[in-house]
Amino acid sequence: MINTMECAVDAQSLISISLRKIHNSRTQRGGIKLHKNLLVSYVLRNARQVYMNEKYAEIYRMQQYEEVMTVCNEIQELNPLDLVEDCEEQTVDCCGSMNESPSLCGALLPVSHQASPVQHIQPTSACSVPIPLQSEEVCKSPDPSFYRSCCAEAYPVSNCDFSPVNSMHCNKTTVLDLDTHVVTTVESGYLHQDCCASLQQCCQDAQSPAKKRKLDFGYYVSEIEEVPDFTPCKRAKFEDSSYACTEPLDTSNISNLISIFGSGFTGLVSRQADLEQALNGQFCSKQALASLGAWTRAIVAF
Amino acid sequence: MEEESDCRKINNSFLRDHNYATEADIISTVEFNSTGELLATGDKGGRVVVFQREQESKNQPHRRGEYNVYSTFQSHEPEFDYLKSLEIEEKINKIRWLPQQNAAYFLLSTNDKTVKLWKISERDKRPEGYNLKDEDGRIRDPGTITTLRVPVLRPMDLMVEATPRRVFSNAHTYHINSISVNSDYETFMSTDDLRINLWNLEITNRSFNIVDIKPTNMEELTEVITAAEFHPHQCNTFVYSSSKGSIRLCDMRASALCDNHSKFFEEPEDPSNRSFFSEIISSISDVKFSHSGRYLMTRDYLTVKVWDLNMESKPLETYQVHDYLRSKLCSLYENDCIFDKFECVWNGSDSVIMTGSYNNFFRMFDRNTKRDVTLEASRENSKPRAILKPRKVCVGGKRRKDEISVDSLDFSKKILHTAWHPYENIIAVAATNNLYIFQDKVN
Repeated sequence: MINTMECAVDAQSLISISLRKIHNSRTQRGGIKLHKNLLVSYVLRNARQVYMNEKYAEIYRMQQYEEVMTVCNEIQELNPLDLVEDCEEQTVDCCGSMNESPSLCGALLPVSHQASPVQHIQPTSACSVPIPLQSEEVCKSPDPSFYRSCCAEAYPVSNCDFSPVNSMHCNKTTVLDLDTHVVTTVESGYLHQDCCASLQQCCQDAQSPAKKRKLDFGYYVSEIEEVPDFTPCKRAKFEDSSYACTEPLDTSNISNLISIFGSGFTGLVSRQADLEQALNGQFCSKQALASLGAWTRAIVAF
Repeated sequence: MEEESDCRKINNSFLRDHNYATEADIISTVEFNSTGELLATGDKGGRVVVFQREQESKNQPHRRGEYNVYSTFQSHEPEFDYLKSLEIEEKINKIRWLPQQNAAYFLLSTNDKTVKLWKISERDKRPEGYNLKDEDGRIRDPGTITTLRVPVLRPMDLMVEATPRRVFSNAHTYHINSISVNSDYETFMSTDDLRINLWNLEITNRSFNIVDIKPTNMEELTEVITAAEFHPHQCNTFVYSSSKGSIRLCDMRASALCDNHSKFFEEPEDPSNRSFFSEIISSISDVKFSHSGRYLMTRDYLTVKVWDLNMESKPLETYQVHDYLRSKLCSLYENDCIFDKFECVWNGSDSVIMTGSYNNFFRMFDRNTKRDVTLEASRENSKPRAILKPRKVCVGGKRRKDEISVDSLDFSKKILHTAWHPYENIIAVAATNNLYIFQDKVN
């Protein structure tokens, strides 16, 4: 467990500082220093680890808070007599056929936190009926790759705000497709809007669009393999997008940095590599990209 | 220990009075020869300056053998690797003296890629009376020669010349960080980030690889070699340190490729101390055998450790060099100071160890009395022949009069390279572009 208390800067700043160092090392005299870059990569890995832990803790807290608030709001709005009905409707709407496409609603909570929500979601007010239903469906364990493919934004989430339909708060996200090695820019959460916008729409034909997207988002799947938690898809019903978008990283150099990192460590030392392994001084060779270490994949999603 | 200070500035040019230092003048290595008579320094500009100790004279008994410039030569030049589009720095990374076998002196100096053997010899006679050329060197017209004479050697002003005798090149893909001469005086090894090569001093076109830690897939790289040294007496034994804080001792008799170590020295990390920078501060920057060959000393960013070769599980002694920096690691990371590679040295009897710090401070630890002292190498704070005053860094609370607070330390003034005379209490301390030589006070 990394002790972050003694550090003056937070994990995200450390990540950007480290990337800048690696970027600068390309142009310094004498060639790339393998030792220094290796040490910087360790800092990068540690910072990423802390960042991820913080992020998921935050998401989980937000999730719980939203659940509680929504239920409370609904309780206030609804006539007590309509309570059960509405809640049932809602759950059906929300999830369509629960067996077939449980994913989106189930995608609300990280897989590993399945057990705990049952307790946490219990509000203090008297709305006990719908809650178990909700928790049940929330607790369902969906097919991992399915919901991932729908909404999963490769971590970290800061670049995209999971905002409701009409909100266009999403920033641009630059991603590197690991399979085709194409750098694409996702505008204003367009892709997310499609799947998060209206849950009904999403759930009703959840199968087809999600599956279609599975191809597009296929590259995200490989990102997540080593991370037990995943980014949940936020329900459109939530009024405020409480995924506080943390200050995005300086994206001005991101595409360049991705091209550095896209080539992995081999790219960094390509100028030093033995002739037989030489990448002809070029970064971003397909071979290197395909064999990215897991920790470098996080960086390409920035 | 009381010290007498005697300052020398390498660059005796007009820059003497200026406070700035050109980067080329920054000293990058300091080394006494095996008798202590000579002291060599290398700098970032590829030059080597050799100092020689004056013979003690009865006329001036208090000037006990000062060091004067003996020879200066350009060892390495900047090069360009056209194949990889890389510039190769001329900075001298290490100098190691060979034991003296005749009137000439030999040293090995290395930059990132090439090791060179230099011969430093004196010439105090020159031949006069050539037949085919006159005193100025102009060729005489053969028609004017009527007699033959035998040239004679006449004394001349002492001239010290340095000639490159061997060039050991094209053996390292990565940057050379160490060289070490074997006690057999026939071989030496050169170490880069991933490999160690063994050379014969006479043969330049072939070297043997004895350690190779390069992974088949560079993505899996987790550690690099940071320093290596031969055992002072056993010519088959050497150690190398890694960026992960471990030291491996290898025996060349075991196999041709010493990837498998004979001994592995590592102290388990304290999990409560874990921070973002744990890996960086545990990386070993220097490793040195004691003169006796029984102990090892390693330097990482915040500590110096003495290891007993017979105990691999933990060091014998750990000394905190500047633990007050532990809370400043973040800023030290931002300004790159956390990557500074400090060296460490033993005194002749292995009873005291010395290493550098920031603000031109250097530290000495007496292993027997467990006392330590912080001294400063600066002209402002010490006059020639004045006794050095111990310094103290104030870590918190009320700062006393002579103390310096951590926040006012100058991190651009770092002492990375120091050397200790093999027998006497004379030390050489390199502070950026200045060389300080301190001697024990003569009573």
